[in-house]
Amino acid sequence: MQYTRHSIAGIVLGLALVAAPAALAAGGGALQPANASLSDRGSLQSGAKLFFNYCSGCHSLSLMRYSRIAEDLGLSEQEVMDNLNFTTAKFGERIPPSMDPEDGKRWFGAAPPDLSLMARARGTDYIFTYLKSFYLDSTRPLGWNNTLFPNASMPNALWELQGLQTAVFAPGQGGADPVFEKFELHQEGRLSAREFDHAARDIANFLQYAAEPAVFQRMSVGVWVLLFLSVFTLLAWLLKQEYWKDVH
Amino acid sequence: MANAFSRAVNGVQEWFNERAPSFGPFYRKHMTEYYAPKNFNIWYIFGVLAIVVLVNQIVTGIFLTMHFKPSAAEAFNSVEYIMRDVEWGWLIRYMHSTGASAFFVVVYIHMFRGIMYGSYKKPRELVWVLGMLIYLVLMAEAFLGYVLPWGQMSFWGAKVIISLFGAIPYIGGALTEWIMGDYLPSDATLNRFFALHVIALPLVLLLLVVLHIFALHEVGSNNPDGVEIKKGPKGNRWSDKAPADGIPFHPYFTVKDTFYTGFFLIICSFILFFEPTAGGWFLEHDNFIEANRLVTPEHIKPVWYYTPFYAMLRVVPDKLFGVIVMFGAILVLFFLPWLDRGKVKSWRYRGTGFRIALFVLGVCFVWLGKIGAGPGTDPVETIIGRILTALYFGFFAFLPAYTGLGWEKTKPVPERVTTHD
Amino acid sequence: MANDGVDKGRRRFLTATTAVVGGAGIAMAAVPFIRSWEPSAQAKTAGAPVEADISKLEAGQMVIYEWRGQPVWIIRRTRAQLDALAGLDSQLRDPKSSNTDQQPAFAQNEYRSLKPDVLVLVGLCTHLGCAPKLHAELKPEPFDADWKGGFFCPCHKSRFDMAGRVYSGVPAPTNLVVPPYRFIDDNHIVIGVSEGVA
Repeated sequence: MQYTRHSIAGIVLGLALVAAPAALAAGGGALQPANASLSDRGSLQSGAKLFFNYCSGCHSLSLMRYSRIAEDLGLSEQEVMDNLNFTTAKFGERIPPSMDPEDGKRWFGAAPPDLSLMARARGTDYIFTYLKSFYLDSTRPLGWNNTLFPNASMPNALWELQGLQTAVFAPGQGGADPVFEKFELHQEGRLSAREFDHAARDIANFLQYAAEPAVFQRMSVGVWVLLFLSVFTLLAWLLKQEYWKDVH
Repeated sequence: MANAFSRAVNGVQEWFNERAPSFGPFYRKHMTEYYAPKNFNIWYIFGVLAIVVLVNQIVTGIFLTMHFKPSAAEAFNSVEYIMRDVEWGWLIRYMHSTGASAFFVVVYIHMFRGIMYGSYKKPRELVWVLGMLIYLVLMAEAFLGYVLPWGQMSFWGAKVIISLFGAIPYIGGALTEWIMGDYLPSDATLNRFFALHVIALPLVLLLLVVLHIFALHEVGSNNPDGVEIKKGPKGNRWSDKAPADGIPFHPYFTVKDTFYTGFFLIICSFILFFEPTAGGWFLEHDNFIEANRLVTPEHIKPVWYYTPFYAMLRVVPDKLFGVIVMFGAILVLFFLPWLDRGKVKSWRYRGTGFRIALFVLGVCFVWLGKIGAGPGTDPVETIIGRILTALYFGFFAFLPAYTGLGWEKTKPVPERVTTHD
Repeated sequence: MANDGVDKGRRRFLTATTAVVGGAGIAMAAVPFIRSWEPSAQAKTAGAPVEADISKLEAGQMVIYEWRGQPVWIIRRTRAQLDALAGLDSQLRDPKSSNTDQQPAFAQNEYRSLKPDVLVLVGLCTHLGCAPKLHAELKPEPFDADWKGGFFCPCHKSRFDMAGRVYSGVPAPTNLVVPPYRFIDDNHIVIGVSEGVA
């Protein structure tokens, strides 16, 4: 009946409108798309290396195990222990924090959070944009600020790669806060702008994986499940048609 | 060989029938000789799907309980332990979380079907009331379950919902403390919510579902035409005494339901394996951060299936009145069989006014859901929310007048269901 | 009207096929639940092989390591203890270590070890799981006037020789268990993996 169809359409439309995810972050500005892909293993491995070299000094990844990273990223035990493990933890153990949270609180004002689930809490685009949004700010205790997360306690851990950039603000209209215009690079880092983009993307990508290491298995099992269910549903349909000949 | 086998089976059946003589008739009454209307359409699959999802929740829930640690200190990490360290733990967890949302999709469509076809009307008022009780218990069960992972939304959602009880005059403060077992949601709260979620409410739910189905089978199922097949002619190709427009539930509907279940599982599997968080709708972003009583999330919002009612709560300026409106919106549904005084069941033959009103009700519900899911800071949206809330209640005020004062112009209802031979 | 020419054969075939496929689906769906009972990554890590350093272990001494919640003894046997082993066969329940459940293949020899001087045993009595005590010296003991060194369990008086072999006439039914282990080098043993096993 057309009314059934109309109401279903109305419900579906309403749900579709409602389901559009919010892309705008809380602090300042829109998020830049990371374009990270979990199927890019090279990116994940690079992200792992960057994470352990530049981030793990302060941030723990305490829900991940070294052995799991090896297994999922196609690395050998030796490669992981040599290049990614800077702690005394064994291969199968979880990744311990390098910094005591109490120290972190004292030194930075807030303990650096564990990053195991950060990608699921904030999204890869947020992490990507955040890593790119640091700028020199002499009014801050550590000399760094961030346009995405204003007054963040964290310094720019990747400054060697990105270089040193400042932020240009336009004066706000009628007493409002200054509006961010653009970044300016004052000192080049070891990477070009494009290379740094890739580095930030790789770190975000790795964190996306670390937030859900089962992702690869989930998708590959999913294909088989859907195939099986399609076959089963087809059989069930044929069976139903056969029996319902009695009724028609 | 085959003869020996069938003789053995018959022997066992005879042994059983001597000792439990009513089991056989019970099976026949509810399956092979339960005559359901032959014109069931797709809206009638959702009751069965609700049972499928219930079984899923129980089985996956049992297995989650084997690894989950219900203490404030360990709960969050134990969920991640299940996701990462337990073999196939991620699958069991996703089956449970996807199932929870699927449960409400199914139940809402199931309820809407009831309103469309007048399935709550005499003689099925009891079926409807039992169903509404199931809905209430299900909402409580889902709320308790969502607190267990002890993420930010678990904690802050619990804080907000429990504080609603604080709006009750005189006893409110003591009541919230009693519910929490503490001055804020804490380890004590989590542990008791675990017990309620894992065994207490599931037992109540199972009992209510059994009663719901028994009550239905007592009076027989409704159908899209709202025609009582038991009052029509008797005699079909399976039995002389059964309704002419009925067909045995088994095998015809068991076989049809199996097909639809397969289709339903395909949809759920697609979500589970490729979008388990459903963009934050099924597993919220903030719940991937461990509960922190010193940091309030930017937007505290309940899971999507509560959002229409949450919107109503928020748009009413007074706290106590908001609570009354919110619970009232659910309670008013209980009274539907008595608010609707029309004799015609199915909207196919009801007045245009009813069809429009029902459409408006649906739009209000969904739109309020969207508002409830948002931050709730936009004053224009708040005004719209108030209008929508008024319209929602308006439906229930409109019905007794529309049907009781003779304004409804119904169409003639056919004698037989509209796909009869 | 309903078609009376029902093809019973086709109906039976379709029912059977759907039931079989459905049954296979349920069986496959059961696998993750059953497998979720297997030791988790956490349990496996806690039960991972343990490295032991025996560089400081002197003859006649014992050191204890923990592996999978069990005490594992590593003893450096003296020449006298090793020489006494051969003469004990008649007093033992399973002198040739015929019960293959109690030791890996490499330990099914007269010394029940990879290297003669180093003995590795799980330190739990095979009777009811008490911890036997090491009586290393070859001197008369209250429980055996002709003691050639070994282990004595205080709970129910079971006795084992310096290769962990159980004496006849005691409650313990089998020799002490030799766990899988291998040498990384002369001074380091890994308990929990055998030679050739990853």
